[in-house]
Amino acid sequence: MFNQYDVLETINMIEREHLDIRTITMGISLLPCIAGSADETAKKVYDRVCSQAEKLVDVAESLSKEYGIPIVNKRVSVTPASLICAPFAARSAKIGKALDRAAETLGIDFLGGYSALVHKGMADYEKTFIQTIPEVLASTQKLCSSVNIGSSKSGINMDAVRLMGEIVKQTAALTADKDGFGCAKLVVFCNAVEDNPFMAGAFHGVGESGTVINVGVSGPGVVQHAIESIPNADLTELAEMIKRTAFKITRAGQLIAREAAKRLGAEFGIVDLSLAPTPARGDSVAQILEEMGLESVGTHGTTACLAMLNDAVKKGGVMASSRVGGLSGAFIPVSEDIGMIEAAERGGLCIDKLEAMTAVCSVGLDMIAIPGDTPASTISAIIADEAAIGMINNKTTAVRVIPAPGKDVGDCVNFGGLLGRAPIMPVHKEASNKFIERGGLIPAPIHSNKN
Amino acid sequence: MHAVVTVVGKDKTGIIAKVSAFLAEKGVNILDISQTILQDYFAMIMLVDLSGAKKELSALATECAEMGKNIGMSIHLQHEEIFNAMHRV
Repeated sequence: MFNQYDVLETINMIEREHLDIRTITMGISLLPCIAGSADETAKKVYDRVCSQAEKLVDVAESLSKEYGIPIVNKRVSVTPASLICAPFAARSAKIGKALDRAAETLGIDFLGGYSALVHKGMADYEKTFIQTIPEVLASTQKLCSSVNIGSSKSGINMDAVRLMGEIVKQTAALTADKDGFGCAKLVVFCNAVEDNPFMAGAFHGVGESGTVINVGVSGPGVVQHAIESIPNADLTELAEMIKRTAFKITRAGQLIAREAAKRLGAEFGIVDLSLAPTPARGDSVAQILEEMGLESVGTHGTTACLAMLNDAVKKGGVMASSRVGGLSGAFIPVSEDIGMIEAAERGGLCIDKLEAMTAVCSVGLDMIAIPGDTPASTISAIIADEAAIGMINNKTTAVRVIPAPGKDVGDCVNFGGLLGRAPIMPVHKEASNKFIERGGLIPAPIHSNKN
Repeated sequence: MHAVVTVVGKDKTGIIAKVSAFLAEKGVNILDISQTILQDYFAMIMLVDLSGAKKELSALATECAEMGKNIGMSIHLQHEEIFNAMHRV
């Protein structure tokens, strides 16, 4: 028989502290779909995604009922589409639209993988593919896109960085009626991971097997509650408490992941324990940091608190699951976290502090709304800064900024639902264009030469 | 298959009687019970066997939750494995 307190702890985590399986993401290889023409490939892609993921939503819902734990999102990630679109790159949009239709048919929440990997060089067909991204994101609902522009091993492809600044601007312009919402579905990565279950950056890496189940577990509220229960603890004890909590959450994720993979006839990929906030109060990473003893997220000490949190989460997660992967850490998307939103509105959280925070947590500058008139070269420079942090520190970093058309500091954008709302944050006015126009490759750091 | 039933709420007369009668009617066999009062709150945990149950776990879980609402208690029925996973190393 179980210990009464353990049982009630689990029930409390689910009922009051927002413990949930944030996503079950099925990774599907599209390599078998490559055909000579865009039309033929689009048909094969649609059929393959629909047949592989046919039962995904049903299985997730029945698992959620049986185990009594909410499963918030059902998603699919696919092979980076630029690979299968190479023979007909100018018509890549056709494949994007087929993927979006498949997502609609399946009833899933998002489908990721309209992606390109150009961290060292960019072939003509890849450049052409990337140029289709704005139009595709503006004309689809559930499709997400990502581009990897750098890695610790290869350096930073500054030609791709320059291009992505322009692509972000175009995407915002084409979705101007929705405050540049298209940009919320576009991530620019350095050191992208191949088994990430979280959107908008999920894609199914070419090193993965045919069909894989990756599960993302969350629970900032659970961690916050655990910290609240020991208000006078020192940081050693606090780290230990976070680690133990992370362990429990990850175990729940591992159980669901194994069972989902079995029922869907897919391989069990990884469990990604990431503290992913939602705009709901009590489901916030910022509030965890504040519970640790900061008056407001963004003040001095924030980076240290976040570093400890991220590390403790990883340690608990690694102990709990035989296969930990994805990003596994703490996310700091501004618009999706009530504590971050409020700190930004008070002026207590600026983009420079967020950049510092990304050096010690698992992602990057995420869901940040910036003035609509921000030049493309400034966005490229923001991307370059983040990529440099990722490249030097051997970690994933990403940029998902929204230059909201027609809006400026003092305004706010509202995307609704899990994507939340964001005040427009100021960026530096001084130009970076000369640096961005140089192009070329920032060479890989010396410590990447390990062979 | 085993499941864990938890019943939590303000203490009053007849909770165990009502819950166990309800489970018996559904063909659910109770294997173990532990119950306490924590600060005026009634908390009961039961380990149950569903092999003779008339319905599947998810349907039973929904019915338990509804039955709980009728008697003013919060009742959960969950797969045993979730507790094993989270609390056993």
